[in-house]
Amino acid sequence: MSRGTILDLCYLVAAVTFILALKGLSNPKRARTGNFIAMAGMALAIGATFFQPGLSHIGLIVIGMVIGAVVGIPASRMVKMTAMPQLVAIFNGVGGGAAALVAMTEFLGFGGQKPATYVTLEVLVGVLIGTVSFAGSAIAFIKLQELITGRPITYPGQQIVNALLGIGAIGLVIAVLITASTPLLWALLAVSALLGVLLVLPIGGADVPVLISLLNSLTGLAVAASGFTLGNNLLIVAGTLVGASGLLLTQMMCKAMGRSLPNILFSAFGSATITSSGGSQEDRPVRSATPEDIGVMLAYAHKVAIIPGYGLAVAQAQHIARELADELESKGIEVFYAIHPVAGRMPGHMNVLLAEANVPYDKLLEMDEANPQLGQCDVALVVGANDTVNPAAREAGSPISGMPIINADDAAQVVFLKRSMRPGFAGIENELLFNEKTTLVFGDAKETLTKMVASLAAS
Amino acid sequence: MGDAILHNANLGYLTVFVLSIFVGIEVISKVPSILHTPLMSGSNAIHGVILIGSMWVLGTSHSTLTEILGFLAVILATLNVVGGFTVTDRMLEMFKAKPEPKKKEEEVAK
Repeated sequence: MSRGTILDLCYLVAAVTFILALKGLSNPKRARTGNFIAMAGMALAIGATFFQPGLSHIGLIVIGMVIGAVVGIPASRMVKMTAMPQLVAIFNGVGGGAAALVAMTEFLGFGGQKPATYVTLEVLVGVLIGTVSFAGSAIAFIKLQELITGRPITYPGQQIVNALLGIGAIGLVIAVLITASTPLLWALLAVSALLGVLLVLPIGGADVPVLISLLNSLTGLAVAASGFTLGNNLLIVAGTLVGASGLLLTQMMCKAMGRSLPNILFSAFGSATITSSGGSQEDRPVRSATPEDIGVMLAYAHKVAIIPGYGLAVAQAQHIARELADELESKGIEVFYAIHPVAGRMPGHMNVLLAEANVPYDKLLEMDEANPQLGQCDVALVVGANDTVNPAAREAGSPISGMPIINADDAAQVVFLKRSMRPGFAGIENELLFNEKTTLVFGDAKETLTKMVASLAAS
Repeated sequence: MGDAILHNANLGYLTVFVLSIFVGIEVISKVPSILHTPLMSGSNAIHGVILIGSMWVLGTSHSTLTEILGFLAVILATLNVVGGFTVTDRMLEMFKAKPEPKKKEEEVAK
């Protein structure tokens, strides 16, 4: 066997480990093993690449890898779990950036000779998608880190500017295809970066789960494009797996929001607070209570559903929520968590957050599992969620119409932990707040829950 | 002749590409929603395989400019790989830690 054949076999093994890792994710018990298998596969592929005939600059490669590892390992080890969405966004972005640079470098390596059309096309796709993903992820990171507002950023003529940039990018792609001009390729790089930034700016915080999975998918596709350019099957397989999975996840998230992808990307949803017809909503009576009252009320329940939202993550109240659940369980009260697919800032955010607080995963019910059970609940405790329980979604004519929601209103009593009467991200008044079954507890979720635990323990 | 969109080697890559789409969709559609975050982060780590491409373009570069770009690509791709796998492992570790405390709780509840 030649060295090339052995290397290709190593790449094949690595491709299989990646598929096994994704397969492992079908079950929380096997998921971690799957991740280790993929790590081994990646190590094998990287190790094998050092033996590629004709590879020089080994020292430089090692230095680059050491720099990446020295920065990456501590960052990913030390960041708090609540900052996970940002971290996922930025690691996705650097991958897209790397894919764009690989395509770019490969093109420059042709040394002015005009390559075959399909090679140029692959390079262009890699540069365009990779750069959009890099720049878009960077802005998503900045938004999630709250370095700029999480609300949509809009300006007059935004759609037109984006459309022009899009047309410009396509025009440059065609121009480079014909001329194989390097300066025009640099121009494409710049336009793609700008496009990535401007596309993400108008996307609001609550829509970020869709955005992150889409960017993930884009990076995958950029890697696959680089795979075509370099003629490497491993890059094609890995990139395509990620691209396909990201698109599927994007589709699931859109369905969970009851909106189309173009609507999420281009409508700057949540930029304005929609004041509903009444106008005098704030004057309507709501029932509020102290955390201690709720603690006593919970002591008499048989079954309680906790419905978390992004507010739980903001208040970092996941640990105290778990303590409340423990306290309830020690009194023989059944507790489960009802998780909306788009609660939080990335797909599955609430599940990771609660897992961090050691909530067993069989207590985390998906919306479809949770909804039939809510009718049997004495209390539905809504912690930092709003739009995902808003009954307005069931009616026509609301911006969130058609979004599947958690049926908190099926429970005998609904308790909202809220900071204020401010509407949720979608800016729509929540009728459930005024429902006769509903009690509001104002204040910071963490403090409120702490008082509730104390009161529950005493009663 | 080199300009043809489809000659045999390319058709081979295209075959791999198309089949991978189907494998991807098939495998991912079985992932439960509680693992969606680790899925994203895990697939994130997997596309870090661009590191191999980065190593290759740096290792075969002949000008200062391509060396710089390739070097940057290696750094970014390494960040992607190590960050992606580490974050995924941290997440999955939390999901793993469940079974024992869970049983205790169930006993108390009963």
